[in-house]
Amino acid sequence: MVAKRIIPCLDVKEGRTVKGVNFVDLRDVGDAVELGQYYARCGADELVYLDISATREGRQTFTKLVERISDGINIPFTVGGGISTLEDAARLLDAGADKISINSAAIANPSLIDSIAARYGSQFVVVAIDARLMDDGVWRATTHGGSRPSDKELFSWAQEAQERGAGEILFTSMNHDGTRSGYPCETFARLADRLSIPIIASGGAGSVADIAEVLTVGKADAALAASIFHFGEITVGDLKQELKRLNIDVRC
Amino acid sequence: MIAILDYKMGNLRSVENALKRLGAEFTVTDDADVIRSADKVLMPGVGNAAEAMENLRSASLVDVVRSLRRPVLGICVGMQVMCRHSEEGDVDCLNLFDARVKRFEPSADLKVPHMGWNTIGNLESKLFKGIDGGEYVYFVHSYYPELCSDTIATSCHGVMFSAALKYENFYGTQFHPEKSGDVGERIIENFLRL
Repeated sequence: MVAKRIIPCLDVKEGRTVKGVNFVDLRDVGDAVELGQYYARCGADELVYLDISATREGRQTFTKLVERISDGINIPFTVGGGISTLEDAARLLDAGADKISINSAAIANPSLIDSIAARYGSQFVVVAIDARLMDDGVWRATTHGGSRPSDKELFSWAQEAQERGAGEILFTSMNHDGTRSGYPCETFARLADRLSIPIIASGGAGSVADIAEVLTVGKADAALAASIFHFGEITVGDLKQELKRLNIDVRC
Repeated sequence: MIAILDYKMGNLRSVENALKRLGAEFTVTDDADVIRSADKVLMPGVGNAAEAMENLRSASLVDVVRSLRRPVLGICVGMQVMCRHSEEGDVDCLNLFDARVKRFEPSADLKVPHMGWNTIGNLESKLFKGIDGGEYVYFVHSYYPELCSDTIATSCHGVMFSAALKYENFYGTQFHPEKSGDVGERIIENFLRL
């Protein structure tokens, strides 16, 4: 059986990782390679690097950084943030990224999924969906960090993304993101039942129990988290040991 | 010298980096003479098996690869094209391993692609020296080589399949040792020591 994956997410701004406490055994927590290697040693199954640079210089720095990450890390990593063309994807592939994550650009131009998947394979394309449960009871995909609802409904959009060639769906509930109150597990399970590709759960984890629930009740294949790792509340290794004790199949 | 076969099947950077981390000297090439004279040949590959076979043909590398007598390691699609036949594009392959490559059938409980870390067992080769059955390695694939007499490691995703194959000097792994952490690094090191 393929193990459930635990994926730390690192935000990168102008070439440096942001957020994160000073881990005792790290010289420079702002160094994306060193922080990634630390997580890999702790047992992270994959890493996600999200470029949140606002400037063009920041984006160029990020590509250089992806090369260094690829040189220094021996587990798979995904990069996201600001990818809106096939050329962006090609540049990051050449720099050594194993996967790219696209979000707003895929909503604006769904055929971007087709063109990247056709060129580099589905395994290279993660479609990230930030969805919000609206007052009318519909889960709607949003753009621009959750601030703008799109015309895409979560379930049909995820299915469309799969049909267009996405290899995985990274679903964040904007109602739960940052609340640390757990995941909308029923929604995750409904999504899993409709898709044949893996689902990564993101946003909302406040405890080991939350993560365990989304991997079992929510049928997610992987859980992505940022703050619980960066602020040293639990290490990736300890989390996986806890999950294992709960009879969840993890690599540890 | 180690040759990494460049037949335009995906990015070779991960494999190059894995060799760099192990301090190995290598060259990336599609030159038949360089490949023939290499001590070891690595044949990575991401993408479509039929396209991979087509690329090998158009680079006139089919007979070159088949005639190699030093250790060769195919990775992922690089391994699949060393099998008998692939369902992906219904293509006849190099026929080095006595396995057909089939597609995983998705079901309610079975996600395709098979993506992530899975265990390997029934390890029967020096390639796995120092590695215990039950260790996790990283897989990303929708097609798998069936079990056969050349199987030297198995894994399971709905069905049992060949996680690694060996025939004479030819080795192949369906998983990505270059992305499989320390276990993967050990496997590559073992290959370099064959």
